[in-house]
Amino acid sequence: MSHAVTDTEHKPYQQHHFENMEQQTQSTLLGIWLFMAQEILFFGGLFAAYTIYRILYPAAWAAGASSQNVFLGMVNTIVLIGSSVSIVMAVHSARHDDRKAILKWFAVTLLLGTVFFGIKAIEYGTKWDHQLVPGLNWNNEHALHTLQEHAPKNVEITELPKGIQIYYSLYFVMTGMHALHMVIGFGLAFWIMAKTAKGRFNSEYYPHIEYFGLYWHFVDIVWIFLFPLLYLV
Amino acid sequence: MNEPTSKPKPNYLTSGNTVSSWLLTVDHKRIGLMYLLGMTFFFLIGATAAALFRFELATHDANVFANDTYNRLFTMHGIIMVFFFLIPAVPGVLGNFLVPLMIGAKDVAFPRLNLASWYIYMLGGTFTLAAILLGGIDTGWTFYTPYSSVYADSNVILAGSGVFITGFSSILTGLNFIVTIHKMRAPGMTWMRLPLFIWAQYATSIINILGTPVIAITLLLVVFERSLGFGIFDPQKGGDPVLYQHLFWFYSHPAVYIMILPGFGVVSEVLACFSRKRIYGYEFVAFSSLAIAAIGFFVWGHHMFTSSQSEYAGLIFSILTYLVGIPTAIKIFNWVATLYKGSILLSAPMIYTLGFIGLFLVGGLTGLFLATMALNVHLHDTYFVVAHFHYVMVGGMMMAWLAGLHFWWPKMLGKMYNEFWARVGAVIIFFGFNFTFYPQFIAGYMGMPRRYHVYDIEYQPFQMLSTVGAYFMGVGLIICFVTLVSSIFKGKPAGKNPWKATGLEWNQADSPPDQHNFTSPVKVDVEAYDYTDERIYQDT
Repeated sequence: MSHAVTDTEHKPYQQHHFENMEQQTQSTLLGIWLFMAQEILFFGGLFAAYTIYRILYPAAWAAGASSQNVFLGMVNTIVLIGSSVSIVMAVHSARHDDRKAILKWFAVTLLLGTVFFGIKAIEYGTKWDHQLVPGLNWNNEHALHTLQEHAPKNVEITELPKGIQIYYSLYFVMTGMHALHMVIGFGLAFWIMAKTAKGRFNSEYYPHIEYFGLYWHFVDIVWIFLFPLLYLV
Repeated sequence: MNEPTSKPKPNYLTSGNTVSSWLLTVDHKRIGLMYLLGMTFFFLIGATAAALFRFELATHDANVFANDTYNRLFTMHGIIMVFFFLIPAVPGVLGNFLVPLMIGAKDVAFPRLNLASWYIYMLGGTFTLAAILLGGIDTGWTFYTPYSSVYADSNVILAGSGVFITGFSSILTGLNFIVTIHKMRAPGMTWMRLPLFIWAQYATSIINILGTPVIAITLLLVVFERSLGFGIFDPQKGGDPVLYQHLFWFYSHPAVYIMILPGFGVVSEVLACFSRKRIYGYEFVAFSSLAIAAIGFFVWGHHMFTSSQSEYAGLIFSILTYLVGIPTAIKIFNWVATLYKGSILLSAPMIYTLGFIGLFLVGGLTGLFLATMALNVHLHDTYFVVAHFHYVMVGGMMMAWLAGLHFWWPKMLGKMYNEFWARVGAVIIFFGFNFTFYPQFIAGYMGMPRRYHVYDIEYQPFQMLSTVGAYFMGVGLIICFVTLVSSIFKGKPAGKNPWKATGLEWNQADSPPDQHNFTSPVKVDVEAYDYTDERIYQDT
């Protein structure tokens, strides 16, 4: 590699198959964006199903959405946006080589993530109690009762709207897939925190932290779409 | 395996002989060989299934298998061949081996991810194998709902999970290739100097990244529906089974381009080499790959002309399907024009390649028959469809795969195979293939539906021919297999460039290549397929 010795000396974190750091950085950045593209298509299949059924069964969607606890959904949205801010702070700390601050902001992010899971668990639990889980414990009578209870004042529900089980199926699959992505995020976060604690990153080299930030934002954005689509419509 | 060769030069095969040096390797060339082993294994399973049900199909009544067993056999054949052979064959084996070599890189951009892709592939294969060993699955490779999600009494969850998992290996390989092709090209290797194999891999990778996640979520929904009772495709709960078909074909139609585009890439390489000419209309061939990838995303509805799709939607899908014919025809015309006044050598890879062009042409044109809505009503779900996609997938893709395997075999393993027997195998496969599938066009046109093993006696001559042809083709495949494997032990050393071909993998890398691919820095100063360049004729 005699021809490559210029101002770009071989940094310890440069992998041997890259010619220089710039190539490595650009490659990983392109890689992470392509990964995002496939993630969008992954959720895209669900959003397509959502769109079709919502057009087919507007009454079920209206009844289903009004049975949601908008307050809890709102709190969770704010919690997740907060965790996006905290992960930005972690990236910012990485840029300034502040290892303690990186760990602190990761911890805050995970804490907010845990709050999100807690609230989600309460919501899932309530649905389970009301026997609103399709396939597992669905009960027409209870479902009708719950929907009537939560219906807006000017709306009267006399029978179960057609497609209501589809609404709840999609609710559980979409929020479940979102939660699964958060669980994976937790795993990644612990791995990166361990690396940070060992001093693997510095102000010139912190791609894991930066790309984790991108991933976390992506997961947040999915929720930002899910919240209005499932709770507010 | 590692007997001393005449050359003492170390290469990627000899650097490290332990099991873990293979299982934990991040070398793209070794990973390519590991794909070759895994894929050959799955191919043998899929081929065995075909051999068994072809035996049953020879006569019009049920002789050997019960209905249920027959259903499980053709499903197993379909799932294994599509998801574990056709899709990963060229990208997994040849793509992994060649993409970095052809562009002058030391490895793919993410070598560890590449190794992970192989493990994901094998894990998915294990799930599917488990589904087969535990009694199989009888839904057909398409997993249509509501049969798959509600009624089927077979291992849908296991097989579906297997396909779901394997999908991520395609996605990650595609991601790896796109980044590699964008960022890892050697100095001087401009986009318009890339071998057409690379263009084909690039187009394939785009489909992999944008299409595969959709089938992943779709199969996941089927698994949820089956295991938990969610109702997204269940009419009893208000779900729409046709939505499944839309989502399935949104991936699975582009997936046929995932299967065939890499084959196009192989054909361009082999054809240029054995015609000693630059590919005619290089730019057109390159961009037609991208055009196929793009248009291919908007034709899925032609699988559903008879599935309650609106006729206006059908009309549009039909027209768009014709449109795919244009870039495909551009390729065929350019290949034929390349042959014109070329100095043609009928080596084994070239026989496969010429066979590919003829068979793929038949497969492609019958595709246009099927894209015609009125004709489709008559031909839908008949043997005509079976013959059509086997002409494309086996006559096209498998022939291209074998062409590529023979062409780059000396580079991968450093040994020459027996040319005579390789040619014999190629010719037998070509004729066997036509005997197998040509009669199916006729049987299908006469109205024989697919997926039945007890059928009207008037179709028996066609099915009998088909069975005999299939065994004939099997003989050809065995000859090909034995020829290639025995070359590892008995073959003569290949030398750097046995075909006097252009391309970095032939001119700048040894056979087999060094662990780090190139021993001296790579710089590109010629166009692709410059067969007038004297340097390729100097053996070193």
